[in-house]
Amino acid sequence: MTAIHILKDRENQIHETGKAPFNMACDKHSLSGSVSQRACVFCGSRVVLYPIADAVHLVHGPIGCAAYTWDIRGALSSGPELHRLSFSTDLREKDVIFGGEEKLYRTLTALIDTYSPKAAFVYSTCIVGIIGDDVEAVLRRVQKEKNIPVLAVHSEGFKGTKKDGYRAACEALFKLIGKGDASAVGKYAINILGEFNIGGEAWIIKNYYRKMGIDVVSVMTGDGRVEEVMKSHGAKLNVVQCSGSMTHLAKMMEEKYGIPYIRVSYFGIEDMSKALYDVAEFFSDNSHILEKTKTMVKEEVEAVYPELLSIRKALSGKKGAIYVGGAFKAFSLIKALKMIGMDVVLVGSQTGSEEDYAILKDMCDDGTVIVDDANPLELSKYIIEKKADLFIGGVKERPIAYKMGIGFCDHNHERKTPLAGYEGMLNFAREVYYTVTSPVWQFAPRNVVN
Amino acid sequence: MLLRHTSEEIATRSALTINPAKTCQPIGAMYAALGIHSCLPHSHGSQGCYSYHRSTLTRHYKEPVMAATSSFTEGSSVFGGQANLVQAITNIFTIYNPDVIAVHTTCLSETIGDDIPQIVSKARDSGAVPEGKYVIHTNTPSYVGSHVTGFANMTKAMVDYFSGKNGKKDKTVNIIPGYVEPSDMQEIKRLTSMMGIKTILFPDTSNVLNGPQTGRYKMFPKGGVTVDALKMTGSSMGTIALGLLTSGPAARALDSKCKVPCEILNMPIGLTGTDIFIDTLRQVAGVTVPDAINVERGQMIDIITDMHQYFYGKKVALAGDPDQLVSLVEFLVSLDMQPVHIVTGTPGKQFEKKIKELTEHLPCNVNVFAGSDMFMLHQLIKNEPVDLIIGNTYCKYIARDEDIPLLRFGFPILDRVGHSYFPTVGYRGGIRLLEKMLDLLLDRKDRDSSEIEFELVM
Repeated sequence: MTAIHILKDRENQIHETGKAPFNMACDKHSLSGSVSQRACVFCGSRVVLYPIADAVHLVHGPIGCAAYTWDIRGALSSGPELHRLSFSTDLREKDVIFGGEEKLYRTLTALIDTYSPKAAFVYSTCIVGIIGDDVEAVLRRVQKEKNIPVLAVHSEGFKGTKKDGYRAACEALFKLIGKGDASAVGKYAINILGEFNIGGEAWIIKNYYRKMGIDVVSVMTGDGRVEEVMKSHGAKLNVVQCSGSMTHLAKMMEEKYGIPYIRVSYFGIEDMSKALYDVAEFFSDNSHILEKTKTMVKEEVEAVYPELLSIRKALSGKKGAIYVGGAFKAFSLIKALKMIGMDVVLVGSQTGSEEDYAILKDMCDDGTVIVDDANPLELSKYIIEKKADLFIGGVKERPIAYKMGIGFCDHNHERKTPLAGYEGMLNFAREVYYTVTSPVWQFAPRNVVN
Repeated sequence: MLLRHTSEEIATRSALTINPAKTCQPIGAMYAALGIHSCLPHSHGSQGCYSYHRSTLTRHYKEPVMAATSSFTEGSSVFGGQANLVQAITNIFTIYNPDVIAVHTTCLSETIGDDIPQIVSKARDSGAVPEGKYVIHTNTPSYVGSHVTGFANMTKAMVDYFSGKNGKKDKTVNIIPGYVEPSDMQEIKRLTSMMGIKTILFPDTSNVLNGPQTGRYKMFPKGGVTVDALKMTGSSMGTIALGLLTSGPAARALDSKCKVPCEILNMPIGLTGTDIFIDTLRQVAGVTVPDAINVERGQMIDIITDMHQYFYGKKVALAGDPDQLVSLVEFLVSLDMQPVHIVTGTPGKQFEKKIKELTEHLPCNVNVFAGSDMFMLHQLIKNEPVDLIIGNTYCKYIARDEDIPLLRFGFPILDRVGHSYFPTVGYRGGIRLLEKMLDLLLDRKDRDSSEIEFELVM
């Protein structure tokens, strides 16, 4: 295990802070043959649009793409739950030979008749891009016949990375925006972009803004509704979290509707507070908002701070490793781990940009390993070398951490409690505390070399 | 009610699949390939495919699942994936150094028409495949068959690429276990070793996907059938294939390639299935069945007789894969239970016919659908309610909405553990199934009984 090789072509995607100045060679397509932890364009589109709960999401392709994405992400809905079902055209050999348009038409009309959704999203998968179905034409026809918005999501898996999937999702959403009546939207109204209500996080955030006197027109897409998206152009400000996925939409909305946007993170005390104050500042013509914000932040922080401090004491000096999808999330996680007394020894992302990595470098102490599009061998190598006590990642990283005998926290699809907001920070701290200090590790060998 | 839209009225659906009862070929091929020691499965397609397969297998086994991908780009989808695969082979042997790379295709590379053997031979010519290392492949178009087909295809590829004859007949029996859990493969090996039979079991995911916590991450765990063993399969005295769909193709290929006679049986799930398996082992290997196995059999029958009053007449709905369903239905019928709704996503008329045969004498109507989905299963249950559902985790929506106990069985199980450690094949596995069914049925009885009828002793 000590001599884990790094592929030569990947050397520019792994750096250690404090050693030499570096420019991360990111935004690259994964090397063929590497065990990358990344996914595809379709995956990106699917995760972004999926929480819209009163729309049907039809996957146009062979069954797999629909099967693997069936209700795997806990994006909660307070009402309809159409998003938790799996719909597929289930293309078969003869459809691949003769084209899938006719089957798409039959599938989609049957689907709309069965579920009476507010809109339909139709995802093109790899094969659709190859057999050349004119998806748009079919959708136009169905839209006319069924009189609901029917939107194509151009998410053929091979046409880029997950980021391109986010983009395709944004384009589909953008077509919905403006279709509704925004006349009733008030003066102090925002949209929240890039918040998916995993574990009910959007509800927490919405509640904060409500307490400040701010209306939330639409959350895209957590606990999402078609009608809310359609009138979201009435908002005065777009607040973009998880910037990787939704900045594109914010830019398009700025251009077409003149709605400015700010980038925020709802994770960690510091970033959460900034996300609220930034909005209060935007609406500075109303001093009540700032007043209310101050009061609320004070109350919220006071409620969680004592326990955070005691956790900080217990975790002081423990070491954390972070490998997540977007780099923006990594920024917040670094701050959050530092807040609870932990050192960050490894940080990486699947889709970070060069600027992201420059920020990461500035945030991290010397000796931190920074990696783009890592594979399990690399991750395990640095976990051993840097003696990590905790790994923060997603579904594929969890068993690796456990096999190596260290704690784990899912900051992705499989988080079960909300980690956003003040109470989310406390949940996060508790989760990290319980996993890092768990008595189970006394039975489990850790970081065994060979 | 998550499935509140499901109507009782069953309308013919010519196209729409709602809540699938299957997935695509490549994941089956990946799972099978993980049953070769020191093998890295390789997905020749977009990056998403293998990412989804790894995630799904990880959720099912709670284990690291390793595989590589060709990472198709727009360029590769226009010009073919040759350059990607050659580069992948080079990189994989350089950095991960497995003994075998097992390539499976995807809908994308199949439609483009990549010729894998030709590409691999190109890679070999360029020196990308080191001495003593192997690249095998199978075609797994996602739009044909299901995950079951993919498993069968990769298992057959093991024969196509490795099986050979060494000129003499070994006193060895090949066992092809089918698409079962690592625990089941381990159980089959335990039974054959009790009978004193030398076997080669392939694929073998035990100790790959149910390994212990060791404090280290190993890309290639201890388990898996070795290439050397696979090479010897052509010299074995016979092959026992468990599961017509999943193991049949490999067994027949071995028969025609190396003249190893094969017996293709149902999976050894339940009493009859296990009896036939044990008896066939006895005949093929020319051994006697040890007492210890007879005791296990007797214990299973003991539970069946002790508790049969709680089984008879109980209606069951099942969703899963054809090979498992055939054996399960046979088992339930032998307990005097009534499997009234049986659904698989995998297409195949043969399956429907087989189930009809197994259930024709039952005093109830039996609905069986191949190439169907969970929505259909739900509609069937709405029309005729059942006492028990047997199926994968996705059945939990139906179980909850209709308030019916669910026995988790099959793939995937995303919300419970145990399947990778405790088998459902063999007599021991049968005992486990019986216990699970009884727990569910009796818990339900306890819950639903009035205070007056609520009983201490059952």
